[in-house]
Formats: sequence, C-alpha cells, structure tokens
Amino acid sequence: MSESTTLPSHRTIIIVGSGPAGYTAAIYAARAGLAPLVVAGSVTAGGALMNTTEVENFPGFPDGIQGPELMESMQKQAERFGAEVIWDDVTSLSLSGAIKTVVTGGGATYTADAVILATGSAYRELGIDDEKRLSGRGVSWCATCDGFFFRGQEILVVGGGDSAVEEATFLTRFASKVTIVHRRDQLRASKIMADRALNDPKIAFAWNSEIVAIHGDQKVTGVTLRDTQSGAVRDLPATGVFVAIGHVPRTELLVGQVDLDPEGYILVEGRSTRTNIPGVVACGDAVDHTYRQAITAAGSGCAAALDAQHYLAELSDAAGVDGRTADPEVAAAR
Amino acid sequence: MTEAPGDGTVIEAGDSTFRTLVLDARGPVLVHFSAAWCAPCRLVEPVLAELAVAYHGRVRVVRVDVDAHPTTAAVYGVTSIPTLSVFSSGEVVRTVVGARPKPELVALVEDVLAGR
Repeated sequence: MSESTTLPSHRTIIIVGSGPAGYTAAIYAARAGLAPLVVAGSVTAGGALMNTTEVENFPGFPDGIQGPELMESMQKQAERFGAEVIWDDVTSLSLSGAIKTVVTGGGATYTADAVILATGSAYRELGIDDEKRLSGRGVSWCATCDGFFFRGQEILVVGGGDSAVEEATFLTRFASKVTIVHRRDQLRASKIMADRALNDPKIAFAWNSEIVAIHGDQKVTGVTLRDTQSGAVRDLPATGVFVAIGHVPRTELLVGQVDLDPEGYILVEGRSTRTNIPGVVACGDAVDHTYRQAITAAGSGCAAALDAQHYLAELSDAAGVDGRTADPEVAAAR
Repeated sequence: MTEAPGDGTVIEAGDSTFRTLVLDARGPVLVHFSAAWCAPCRLVEPVLAELAVAYHGRVRVVRVDVDAHPTTAAVYGVTSIPTLSVFSSGEVVRTVVGARPKPELVALVEDVLAGR
C-alpha cells in the first residue's frame, strides 16, 4: 500500500521466476557481474519444489534434501554473488523493444536490456465443476500442506506420475488408506517410486479410472469414477482428493509477447533458450514439455543466463564499435 | 478485553483464545490458518504482516496454528492450508484457500470494510 509509482529502475537482466531455473540463471548472471533482479513471486516463490518433501534425485545430495530447503539454498547462492531478489509478482511485461519493461503487483516498474523468463508451471486441474466447489473442503493440490487433516481417513490421489506417487507415499503417514486413481493400467512414475507404492500395504489402485464427479456438500464424501476402457461408472467413498495430474505452463502474461505453442509453452530456438524476441530467453517448466525435472530446469536456467550474456555482449559490441554491427536493429535501438 | 481490533502486528490465536480475539472482536478479523510445515503458508506470512501494519486500528490479523489448535480448524472445516478467512461479528464472511498475492488480500479486506 505504501509503494508509489516512481521512475523505472533499470537493470541489465531481469529474471522472472524463482524455481530451480530462475535461481540457476540468477547464479550464473550474478557471477558474470550482471547483478540480476529476480522477481521471485510473492506467494509462488521457490516454484514447484516448495510443495514437495524429500527430493532424492537432485545430484549432490546423497541423503536427499527437502524441496523448500533446496530452494532456499539456491536463493542464498544467487544472492551471495549479487542477485537481488524481490518478493513480488510480475503483473505485466513489454518485451518487444530493446528496452524491456516489467511491472510488478507492488506497483514498481523496472526496465532491462535482457529478460529471462522462468515462470514455471501451475497445477493442472481436473476440469470438473466439483473441483472448485470443494477446493479446501477435501480437494487439495498440496499433500505436504494438507495431509495432516486426513489422519485415519481414506483418501484418493489422482495421477500416475512421480508427483502422484510421491504424494501417495507421503500421505500414508496420515491416511488409513490411499487409493491412486490413474487413467492407465500402469504408473508413469520412475521405477523406484512406482515399486515403493506398489509394495505399500496402505496404497491401493484404481486403474483405468478417471474422476467424473466429486460428492459432498460442505466436505468431500466420495467420487464417481469412470472406467476409461469400458465406460462403466462406480462410486468410491473418500474424504480427500489430492490432484496430481501434472502441470500447465504459467505463461498467461506472455500471450502476445513471445511465441507460445498451442499448449502455452514458450517456444525457443533449437537447443538454445532464445525466444522469437531478441534479448528474451526462457527456461524451466514454462518451456519444457518433456523432462520437467528440477535438474533439467536448473540446467536450462544456466543455458538461459549464458544465452542472455551472449546477447548482451553482442549488444555492447554493436554499440561500441562502428562497422562491426551484427544486428543493425539492435545497434539502432541502442 | 477486546478493544477496537487492529494491532499493527499478526497475533497468535488458538483454541482457548479464538472467541475473545476473533469472534468477539469489534471489527473484521483476517484469520490465517497455518502450520509450520506448510511452505505456502510461510510465503503468505510477510504479506499478512504488511496488512496488519496497513490496517492498524481497523482490521485485526490473526494466525491460527492448526497443528497446535486442531479444534478451531475443525470447527471451520479447514482441510487445506493456507486458508484465509475474514470474520465479522463472529461469522465467516469471506474465505480464500491457498496463498494469495497482496493485492488480492487487500481487495478481500476492503470488501469487508465497505460492507460489500
């Protein structure tokens, strides 16, 4: 409430997002002396790993590490080298010109020569009416937050990937029984996690099943499942429904700014992180259809920082020496 | 004991103090159902601290630790945290589930203050 609109503050690089991709980009850009500004998000800071428990597959942590702890370490590492992290949300961007503009929810306006987009992803929703109606009434997207409320109860986890299986395994600490509802007849999760779930006496499976309705007035009481093969429907009682059916890229703000694919992922050039807009690179889950791991996000964040540095170097070459201009438009804009 | 609410800081309420601090308060109270293990709850805490300052004297901001005070959470049917509820005259008048950015919470509080 106290923020006032003042003259824009200029940075060499602004990084939008603060998951493994954003923070890795920040570490590299900071170590290059570029003092990046990281717009971390007010309540989404740290990204998807903030809602996980033990991360067992991030190299360098043989005993595993808690997701939030890993993200805090990445933040500190970026700050150590001069990245500035602000806990605010980007509410609009203007990326097309040589000078990019980023506006935050707090009312601040920043400009930059280069922008790294690491906006990540949001939970994919089931897309049925009951889901919103019963959100916070037994429908949840965060097992680590909400498992506590289902002590001794029978609950469902929807999905078949690593996230679903991790959540189901975690939820057995509280629930008397966890049923994994999956559209196929086998899990997509990595073998070690799938085996753990398949051998867990508290975990049951509803194979080839999708949820078509969630019952309950003030609280979830059960669901209707449809068999994806036969179309047959059946009811299953449950007091909790944890949705873990994957993610969708968080790119609504980028529509009309950079090229997106039909599913909303940011399009990049070949193996680079370059978008169709000079000086704008993208990394992490907002780009990645396929791998969506913390370590691949971190790797692409590194690539994004290096691609951005390369762009900035060309920009200063173009500005500094006549006749060596690779890109006349950039030179003119400068 | 409860004067005009709005303490300038987030205060802790629990099963034994909820009536005095929230239900019997004279103006709106924003209640954050929270727990130490909940990462999104921690993210919303600085926003609530700012609101407590901004609405000093007008809106009380309260945190309820659901782990230590499960009864209060159960009474209000809380099964997801963070849950943010605005109470007025002892009744829940607004509820949002999940961490929300500051402008959204400001709008929530302003709605209640304006009697909307």
